[in-house]
Amino acid sequence: MSDSNVLSPNVTGEHGTDRRPLEFLVKGEHHPQSPTLLGFWIYLMSDCLIFACLFATYGVLGRSYAAGPTGAELFELPLVALNTAMLLFSSITYGFAMLQMQQNKLKGTMIWLAITGLFGAVFLGLELYEFAHLIHEGAGPQRSAFLSAFFTLVGTHGLHVTFGIIWLVTLLVQLRKHGLIPENRRRLFCLSMFWHFLDVVWIGVFTFVYLMGVL
Amino acid sequence: MSEPTRSAHGHDDHGDHHDDDTPHSSFKGYMTGFVLSVILTAIPFWLVMAEVFKTAEVTAVVILGFAVVQIFVHMVYFLHMNFRSQGGWNMLALIFTLVLVFITLAGSLWVMYHLNHNMMPGMMHETHNLQS
Repeated sequence: MSDSNVLSPNVTGEHGTDRRPLEFLVKGEHHPQSPTLLGFWIYLMSDCLIFACLFATYGVLGRSYAAGPTGAELFELPLVALNTAMLLFSSITYGFAMLQMQQNKLKGTMIWLAITGLFGAVFLGLELYEFAHLIHEGAGPQRSAFLSAFFTLVGTHGLHVTFGIIWLVTLLVQLRKHGLIPENRRRLFCLSMFWHFLDVVWIGVFTFVYLMGVL
Repeated sequence: MSEPTRSAHGHDDHGDHHDDDTPHSSFKGYMTGFVLSVILTAIPFWLVMAEVFKTAEVTAVVILGFAVVQIFVHMVYFLHMNFRSQGGWNMLALIFTLVLVFITLAGSLWVMYHLNHNMMPGMMHETHNLQS
């Protein structure tokens, strides 16, 4: 109860022997961490539930090929491995950007952010290439329940990465304009959580969809 | 009532030296997470591509195990999850979400597997015997 944000009169209870004037403290004024980060984390958790539903759908429909191509015939694991590497590299480069931010180095932060964005763009490019290749082979989302679920799950993840890159570019502009002000630090930290969260979801995708799909 | 109130005031002070709101991370932490992630990614790919295990079931269980471990590594080293951040609310939200994710995944797979199994054409009248 001592963490509550309500006005709490500093009284001594029923005895009333304390002579000090009545003080009112708004304890919420100096909590050490921004509530934005917790709110954003809760958004990420709700996003996690969206992915859980899509994973469950894929888990149910993942073997309903409708006499069409199977995962083992379609997936190219070297390409997936390259994609995974891109996302993993982008995670560590974002980490470096955060470290530069902690040292108040604006230029370093922006350079590492740009590198992160490039890795993200390469990831997206490879994924779009894979999608185009599949659709060209007649294995589009309308071919079977398996492919519908596949395109929905992987496409949703790709859409998140797209919006992450848009956010990243926006932040680069903001950083250029205003520097490492507290607001930008907060935004950088939120994007950091978003970006690493996408990497966590990708672990599920490459394991559950690609690796188990070719087994 | 007075003693707990005063001690609560005292422990509010230690957060004041933070001028930014973000938890601090270190180069070592990120590199540890990165190296572990590379290892935990490379092994499942190798297991599947080199067909190390004979049966698909064993491979599936092993790579799922690696995925779970890697998710933990990301949570700890990249997302800096611990029981202290945001007074534990981050962790509470995460645990709640994990419970829901588990129910969604396990429930869907369980129900739909049995639905498929019991709705096989020509097996409708035998369902009761099969279940026993």
